[in-house]
Amino acid sequence: MALTFWQSTLGKKIVMGATGLIMIGYLCVHLLGNMKIFFGPGEFNAYGHWLRVMGAPVLHHEWGLWIARIVLLASVVLHGVSAYQLSRRDIKARPQKYVHTKPRASYATRTMRWGGVILGLFIVWHVLDLTTGTTHSGGFQEGHPYQNVVDTFSTWYGNVIYIVAMLAMGMHVRHGFWSAAQTLGAGNRTRDRALKAIANALAIVLTAGFISIPVGVMTGVVS
Amino acid sequence: MKLTLRVWRQKNPDTPGAMATYELDGVSQDMSFLEMLDVLNEELIVKGEEPVAFDHDCREGICGACSLVINGDAHGPERTTTCQLHMRSFQDGDTIDIEPWRASAFPVIKDLVVDRSAFDRVIQAGGYITAPTGSAPEAHATPVPKADADYAFEHAECIGCGACVAACPNGAAMLFTSAKVNHLNVLPQGSPERETRVLDMVAQMDAEGFGGCTLTGECATACPKGIPLFSITAMNKEWLRATRKVKR
Ligand code: HEM
Ligand code: FES
Repeated sequence: MALTFWQSTLGKKIVMGATGLIMIGYLCVHLLGNMKIFFGPGEFNAYGHWLRVMGAPVLHHEWGLWIARIVLLASVVLHGVSAYQLSRRDIKARPQKYVHTKPRASYATRTMRWGGVILGLFIVWHVLDLTTGTTHSGGFQEGHPYQNVVDTFSTWYGNVIYIVAMLAMGMHVRHGFWSAAQTLGAGNRTRDRALKAIANALAIVLTAGFISIPVGVMTGVVS
Repeated sequence: MKLTLRVWRQKNPDTPGAMATYELDGVSQDMSFLEMLDVLNEELIVKGEEPVAFDHDCREGICGACSLVINGDAHGPERTTTCQLHMRSFQDGDTIDIEPWRASAFPVIKDLVVDRSAFDRVIQAGGYITAPTGSAPEAHATPVPKADADYAFEHAECIGCGACVAACPNGAAMLFTSAKVNHLNVLPQGSPERETRVLDMVAQMDAEGFGGCTLTGECATACPKGIPLFSITAMNKEWLRATRKVKR
């Protein structure tokens, strides 16, 4: 059955939709946690510490965090692989363009593929920047996420990469959330307005929320 | 009306084609689009040129044979079939681009004619019901709730023209397949094969080389019969249900 699923365009798309929704769910939680940055280094760093003891005493130190990381890594890989394979197939299914072309579909719909690529690159950079510190601009300090965030958003390129990626994320979520509902068979005529409204609200809240952090650093609210 | 037509001409599947330009005068606003092409072809025949090949049959919007992409829109600017499109939708002096359906699953046979037998094979995979033929069944033996009958009829309106595939940026046949699946799956007559129908038709759709759905919605916009985009959502639901019920 697993094979039927993965070999079918419908099954692969369902994998893409389900993993996309997992990632959207994560983004909501991630945003809520990140908002603590506006309440000072004490609260933000304590939150960072809690992530490591999350689930204790049932879970060993950092197990909760690693479970979340594994689920997210599996999601992003499955999502990316199915997106790549389906896109290759789609392009092959329509090799010849029409001579008479007109712009079609909304901007968010047309940019899902390139927007997705931007998101994939962003995720790699983001982890190297603030999780491992490999590409961090200032001296990366393990256990001091507040200062690390301030350092990242004190460089112009840190701000540019982050803000561009968050705009791409907003568009991806706008078409993605609604699409996932259709792919998973949850959409219908009566629910459509509500689904579109939720998709728009998610896109706006997530984009504005995440962008508020670099803006906070730039304006000195977070320093 | 005086028109400039730019038409895709292609001798056979193996020869590359190109757009050819024709000037056509004396077109009446009351002509259908296909009658306008008939006039062009008569002129071409008189001049000793090869007439433009295009598909048509009923010319009353019910058979699904006609298939032209007109100025980039499958079946042209109105929500109807090419045969039911009239020249009053155009202006005197217009340039009109006419192309065949484009999808690798629909190879061009000649000029504007494409091979749509991939659709027939999708139907053969499950777009039928198993019922004894011969005597007519007793009409009251199988009650169908009104809402289900309406739903089935909405999807049964699909004439299999392939405009959805032509309009889809991925050359996907999702709207066609979902119309057929939903039409039969909601009815008691279709229920014995409810699960295998959707699994087999989707598998055949994939095997024919159609693309996948990206929920762009171009198919439903182009459909001359107004099959809704949610038809695809409903098929996804049926497919998910079937994968749980049927062991393969
Ligand atoms: C690795 C980077 C990513 C790539 C390459 C990527 C690519 C894609 C592509 C090509 C689609 C299909 C678009 C379409 O059907 O028109 C898609 C859909 C989607 N993406 Fe992503 N994406 C990525 C990351 C993300 C992230 C981080 C999220 C979470 C916020 C996400 C959420 C979604 C959702 C919910 C869908 C809708 C799935 C469906 O249509 O059923 N994606 N993605
Ligand atoms: S010729 Fe039959 S639908 Fe147009």
